[in-house]
Amino acid sequence: MLNRQGRPTAAGEAGTNEHPTFTGNKALAQVEPLIFEIGRLDVTGVDLDEPAAFTPRLGGQERKDAINLPGLSEPEAMRHYVRLSQMNYGIDTGLFPLGSCTMKHNARLNERMARLPGFSDVHPLQPVSTVQGALELMKELAHYLMTLTGTKAVSLSPKAGAHGELCGMMAIKAAIEAKGEGKTRNVVLVPESAHGTNPATAALIGFVVKPVPARDDGWVHVDDVKKLLGPDVAAIMLTNPNTCGLFEPQVVEIAKALHDAGAYFYCDGANFNAIVGKARPGDLGIDAMHINLHKTFSTPHGGGGPGAGPVVLSDRLAPFAPVPFVREGKKGLELVEHESDAAEKPFGRMTAFHGQMGMYVRALAYMLSHGADGMKQASEDAVLNANYIRAGLSDLLSLPFGDKPCMHEVLFDDAWLKDSGVTTLDFAKAMIDEGYHPMTMYFPLVVHGAMLIEPTESESKSSLDLFIATLRDLAMAATSGNDKSRFTGAPYHSPRRRLDETRAARSPVLKWTPPAPIAEAAE
Amino acid sequence: MRYLPLSDTDRGEMLARVGVKSVDDLFADIPKDKLLKAPVDLPRRKGELEVERVLSRMSSKNIAASSAPFFVGAGSYKHHVPATVDHLIQRSEFLTSYTPYQPEIAQGTLQYLFEFQTQVAALTGMEVANASMYDGSTGTGEAVLMAHRVTKRRKAVLSGGLHPHYVDVVQTLSKMASDEVVALKADVAGTEDILSQIDDSVSCVVVQSPDVFGNVRDLKPIAEKAHKHGALLIAVFTEVVSLGLLQSPGSQDADIVVGEGQSIGNALNFGGPYVGLFAAKSKYIRQMPGRLCGETVDADGNRGFVLTLSTREQHIRRDKATSNICTNSGLCCLAFTIHMSLLGETGVKRLARVNHANAIKLADALAGVKGAEVLNKTFFNEFTVKLAKPAAEVVERLAEKGILAGVPVSRLLPKAGLDNLLVIASTEVNTDEDRAALVAALKEVL
Repeated sequence: MLNRQGRPTAAGEAGTNEHPTFTGNKALAQVEPLIFEIGRLDVTGVDLDEPAAFTPRLGGQERKDAINLPGLSEPEAMRHYVRLSQMNYGIDTGLFPLGSCTMKHNARLNERMARLPGFSDVHPLQPVSTVQGALELMKELAHYLMTLTGTKAVSLSPKAGAHGELCGMMAIKAAIEAKGEGKTRNVVLVPESAHGTNPATAALIGFVVKPVPARDDGWVHVDDVKKLLGPDVAAIMLTNPNTCGLFEPQVVEIAKALHDAGAYFYCDGANFNAIVGKARPGDLGIDAMHINLHKTFSTPHGGGGPGAGPVVLSDRLAPFAPVPFVREGKKGLELVEHESDAAEKPFGRMTAFHGQMGMYVRALAYMLSHGADGMKQASEDAVLNANYIRAGLSDLLSLPFGDKPCMHEVLFDDAWLKDSGVTTLDFAKAMIDEGYHPMTMYFPLVVHGAMLIEPTESESKSSLDLFIATLRDLAMAATSGNDKSRFTGAPYHSPRRRLDETRAARSPVLKWTPPAPIAEAAE
Repeated sequence: MRYLPLSDTDRGEMLARVGVKSVDDLFADIPKDKLLKAPVDLPRRKGELEVERVLSRMSSKNIAASSAPFFVGAGSYKHHVPATVDHLIQRSEFLTSYTPYQPEIAQGTLQYLFEFQTQVAALTGMEVANASMYDGSTGTGEAVLMAHRVTKRRKAVLSGGLHPHYVDVVQTLSKMASDEVVALKADVAGTEDILSQIDDSVSCVVVQSPDVFGNVRDLKPIAEKAHKHGALLIAVFTEVVSLGLLQSPGSQDADIVVGEGQSIGNALNFGGPYVGLFAAKSKYIRQMPGRLCGETVDADGNRGFVLTLSTREQHIRRDKATSNICTNSGLCCLAFTIHMSLLGETGVKRLARVNHANAIKLADALAGVKGAEVLNKTFFNEFTVKLAKPAAEVVERLAEKGILAGVPVSRLLPKAGLDNLLVIASTEVNTDEDRAALVAALKEVL
């Protein structure tokens, strides 16, 4: 999670490489060209026999032109992608304190389980009699999610968090229409601190977004919500714990106020990982909440996906859950794939097939491994780790909402950098040189130059101690004014120095094109 | 607990440093009566061995595609994926990284996204491609919304050859957004009159080729008519391998091309995760959904890559964004791009020929089965067969014999009166023995 609003996007200061090499390589740091620069059209890394002669039945639609896809032999491909991987920072590389994104350990057992042939090598449209185990896994996952959230229904379909938001908001829209209020209830309240996906989701399906203003304590106040409530309000989209890293203490009152006004409570569950096993959102009065399996239940982020965003639903919304879903039938488990086969009133379909099976397996493996006791402990450790960082830095960095306990992430602003000439972005880039992935920066929008740090439960105390010591050293250097270039020119030691984002956006180059012939280039 | 590094001693020291007595003091903002007193009602932690036992037991109840003669398609296809692909996508630095928000330490992800975009643009014959969507169906929904933004009209015409699940996804989204959809009735023969549906009120025409019944469609006349009326042609595919042998949608003047990329690099996975491919004419680039990776230089002047044109996206534009999408299919598009790099021009064209040749062999073999009639005049690697009995029954009987025969059309379109139709796919994984087994079993059952 990150927001670029207000952050500098130009490349930083150039540095000098004092010991240039012939190849441009720096030992283990290898320069790697694009596949289009090393591959050849007549090379393939897949051995396949040419079929016997046949007469095509393509109705004259055969491709006559070249595609222009160079191929690589297997050793070339292996080396290319291994080298690319070495230019990436992952959780396995080091501390990855990206607030709101929950970069916790990805157990390899879960990878192995997802690759069991009964899960990875089954087709979504095989006869259901041949996939009873897959349906059983979905049912079991649903049971775990409902138990942890204190709800009685869940739609597993959504492919990611934002897709889950869409699913939940569609269920709310369907419920409102079923009550005959479709024309009048069209406003969705969204706190200013919310993820950008919240207002984008609401707007996508025709809701008018009204912001709930931020308060200087970082909380959403029931009085502010009440002032905005009326017969036109369909729902609120509230993140809890919120993006400032705080649990909303008035959440129960907010839920009651919404329900009294005939509105629904959509909870953004991006931060559910802080309270798993400690409190159940269903008990707090939510009507719908997506769960990012790739955050809370540790399915790998994979460089930006795939995710999975199942949505738990209150009794009021359960009848509107989309197809498909699993139910008990006479001959074992059944898949309800069509609205006409459902006793309930599904609002439709979110995606072809049944959602992210591969992620379900990984998430269930995580839950089985942790158990009820381990999940509770994980939440407590995540919260303790974040507070330990807060305690270690609160004298140097500024806490926008005061020095009070946080949940699984701690939010600092840039007030402490005032007049130093160093920005949040510079500070983040200097962290890269120290071997850390930066925290989430410039999000949430409600504080200036936000730095949102989420260590997760996967960090040891010694890892946190070194991290705190490093940030203290950086913070003192930044405010001392003696070593500005350590920040403004950073990073110096990464595979690339600061990149020119302005240039990338001004004249977009989104694919490789062959270099122009020399004569043409000279013009 | 093997995943949690803190010891009780650590916890004690840390609580003291934080200045609280117990960890529950840190949860003080949760209303007291809502704080759980005991762990939830779920089993206790398990060791690796025990977790493996539980999940293996579930897995073994399913019939895996590799263990049977397998002919199931209709939107998801069984192909061979090189071992290299699965090894590489499990590299820690790929598997455990995040969306490349800090490009200086995410050039690995960014460079493969750039390569992926280039490959997808080349395959589809389009000028630009994005860094992937969740899957083909959600991508199709996004394509329709994009067409509405471009044309400022709100009516989509869907071909009767579009995968019924894709139709449902578009209809659900459109209903919620109060947009109009004209979905033509199921078109088994691929001969529907879609041209007469196009007029000045239409935003886009959505046509799948090869369609869900396997027919290869001619997109050119549809593009022409659409453009005459200021509408866009959205070309859809569910089998990306077909692009190795068929002329590209771009060469037929499609405006947006969207499809399922699962066939390359990705397992069946019971329906997900998959990888949606999304390409368009470059003039529409600022209306595109999803992530885009672009080339730039760093402070030293070296080539590098960044996420770009993010002013379209939700984290900046909020309720004015082109889409609510935040995640792409990162690791699945890595799998796609590795497999495609291994195939190359030579490999992907050959793979497509083998698929087509195998499907032809199967179609010819089925000509000798009484009670089974191949309906298609054209097809790539799947086609529709009319059986003498309801297809769902036949498929169930064949499954009992250990053969996974295809997708009954009634599974996709339950009340369309097409109960005797079966969609059968044949890819490079099918052997002559597989085909012979299917033919023999069909003869018994019909």
